[in-house]
Amino acid sequence: MGDPALSRRGFLAASAAAGVSMTALSGCGGDSDGGSSGTTTIEWWNISTTQPTKDVWAALAKQFEARNPKVKVKIVQLENDPYKSKMTALTASGKLPDIFHTWGGGVLKQQIDAGLVEDLTDRSKGWGDGLLSVSREPYLFDDKVYGIPFDIGMIGFWYNKALFKKAGLGAPPTTWSGFLDAVKKLKAAGITPLALAGKEKWPGMYYWAYLAMRTAGIDALRKANDDKDFTGDGFVRAGQHLQDLVDLQPFQKGFLGAAYSTPTGQAATMGNGKAAMELMGQWAPVVEADAGKGLGVDLGFFPFPAVESGQGAITEVFGGGGGHALRKGAPQAAVDFLKFFASAATDTELVKKTGVLPVVPAAESALTDPNLSAVQAQLKAATGFQLYLDQAYAPAVGQEVNDSVAGLIAGSKSPQQVTESITKVAKEEQ
Amino acid sequence: MASTYLPDKRSAPDTGRPPPLPAAAGRTRRRVLHWLTAVGFQVPALVLFGTLVLLPMLFALYAAFFRWGGFGMPEDFIGGDNFTRLFQDPVFLGDLWRCLVLVGLSLLLQLPFALALAVALNQRIRGRAVYRMLFFAPYILSEAITGVLFSMIFAPDDGLADHLLGAVGLDGLGGQWFADPSTVMATLFLVMTWKYFGFHMMLYLAGLQSIPAELTEAALIDGAGPWQRFRSVTLPLLAPTLRISVFLSVIGSIQLFDLVWIVTAGGPDHHSETMAVTMFQYGFKRYQVGYASAISVVIFGISLVFALAYQRFVLRRDLEGATTTMRGGGS
Repeated sequence: MGDPALSRRGFLAASAAAGVSMTALSGCGGDSDGGSSGTTTIEWWNISTTQPTKDVWAALAKQFEARNPKVKVKIVQLENDPYKSKMTALTASGKLPDIFHTWGGGVLKQQIDAGLVEDLTDRSKGWGDGLLSVSREPYLFDDKVYGIPFDIGMIGFWYNKALFKKAGLGAPPTTWSGFLDAVKKLKAAGITPLALAGKEKWPGMYYWAYLAMRTAGIDALRKANDDKDFTGDGFVRAGQHLQDLVDLQPFQKGFLGAAYSTPTGQAATMGNGKAAMELMGQWAPVVEADAGKGLGVDLGFFPFPAVESGQGAITEVFGGGGGHALRKGAPQAAVDFLKFFASAATDTELVKKTGVLPVVPAAESALTDPNLSAVQAQLKAATGFQLYLDQAYAPAVGQEVNDSVAGLIAGSKSPQQVTESITKVAKEEQ
Repeated sequence: MASTYLPDKRSAPDTGRPPPLPAAAGRTRRRVLHWLTAVGFQVPALVLFGTLVLLPMLFALYAAFFRWGGFGMPEDFIGGDNFTRLFQDPVFLGDLWRCLVLVGLSLLLQLPFALALAVALNQRIRGRAVYRMLFFAPYILSEAITGVLFSMIFAPDDGLADHLLGAVGLDGLGGQWFADPSTVMATLFLVMTWKYFGFHMMLYLAGLQSIPAELTEAALIDGAGPWQRFRSVTLPLLAPTLRISVFLSVIGSIQLFDLVWIVTAGGPDHHSETMAVTMFQYGFKRYQVGYASAISVVIFGISLVFALAYQRFVLRRDLEGATTTMRGGGS
């Protein structure tokens, strides 16, 4: 790993100091790996392999090159899973690309601890700190900036307004007991209250994660991971609240075998009007329309309800996005590129053409879809942020959360047992 | 492996020159040449087999004794902890049980079904080639396609299975199929049977056709009824084929992965998980590669023990002459 002469902690201290001196040196850092012609080539690793994003991003790189004649941008694109394993291998080898895609959270933290990631705190001053504050959260560690977001999203309830009306429900519920009442009313009206992809496990985890945020609180989730102890009272209560919901049998028939985006999956059930709600991210409307018919104007969004006497507020969001980080010692051109990529003009184009939510406030006007605007409003008003657990935690811990919560939903694990098995795996991980 | 080299019974290639050496030396030289030829042919295969099969297997065995995330070299030696953990893991113990259930069901239902069909299709009936082809067709489909196909057929309410049952007034029989922990294994076995019976049927057909008609005719003349003919003539002569078919079926059940992964991913709640699925989960989802290696070692161990025991006790007669007399068969 990296330089064996430097311990990780020592490297962190060194990198903090280096960050300051890098700013001073940044003026002449641009040509560091240039050839005799003076051109700098920066490698940009990303996962935008699908259209239209792929072309839009390539065009942006060209635009950047046109403005910076001495810089060449070399794009390397990999699909999601291959990218993750490639990056794990690169992290182990100690060499990361100049600019690389990151989701922030635990994985980025590992790379930072290994001394492989550039501290952008000072180098992003003036343009990086104006970005939507929740979108910056995943890349902040000890108040230092290690990544610049280009996308942000969150999980919340998508609901079918027509079915709500049919069941005599008015405004969406804002408390957990109100939510359980709504579920009962929907059931009484002969409507399946919730669509869930039980086969895939992660959609079920959203319920537990949000309930844990609402009862135990975001700080408790962070502390539990640091201390490797999820057995706190708040987590058990989160499971009990979920148990209360499961006991109402709110999910569609055969949900334990349902996938997410297949023609008989969760999104299709919702999109075809066969269930009243689903707990899903900002991408839900697109997938609903793709796997099913889509709900059009009948689709609405509301935040996960607050839990009475819990630690968390209804304004705290569970989500994540995408961002870019730089390898330690990346040329100044890479920083310039991030600045260019986080400019209002670029973000406006990304919002318009690739359907992401804006991270630059000035790009908000580009948002036309009322559903996405509703999500954006939640994100802007957010008072707290929790990154997706499988990104915030080590892979094995994240998987165990998914797995044991799936057990709770299937009726084979008690709320207590869920917290115990997550704790057990967290302890094994070291 | 070494049996691919058989001493050449013909003389060495004639070079057109008289042998420059005395006969004894010539024989030695020929032997060396033979030997070199054999080595020349075997080395590429052995190198490939060694680097792509043997080395990874040995490495998995090594990694099974470490806590290892899959990158860099394994460093955190933990002795047999992975194995202790494995045999305390209710999911893995469940995997073993489900493996036994699948083996049992295959032997008791799937293979007899295939045998019955093979016997039926061995008669002179109209369109028998068409039937043979139809029954064999599922085996040609890939596991992935079969998986996707049947997850649609058995989709609760919307699937073809429920529609068909509804159409004949048997709605009550329709259920949640793959989505219910209590029916998932039965449904899975149904799909496996659909997929594999044709293969075993073909094996049996080939075996049946190698039975000389005179024997059956002789039995007929001796006054044997259909059952007696099947029981005393066909079955004993088909035994070698049956033994191979059972062997393939058991090994297939031990290593079952793709179909399950596509259809249920081991769910609901681990009720259809197999050893290979558990291994995949730990290796490629949780990045606990050391632990996953321990699972793969156990799968390999079970397969090996079964294969050796089966060969030793069941296939012994069939293999006679294949492995035991090869060496003495040379000139």
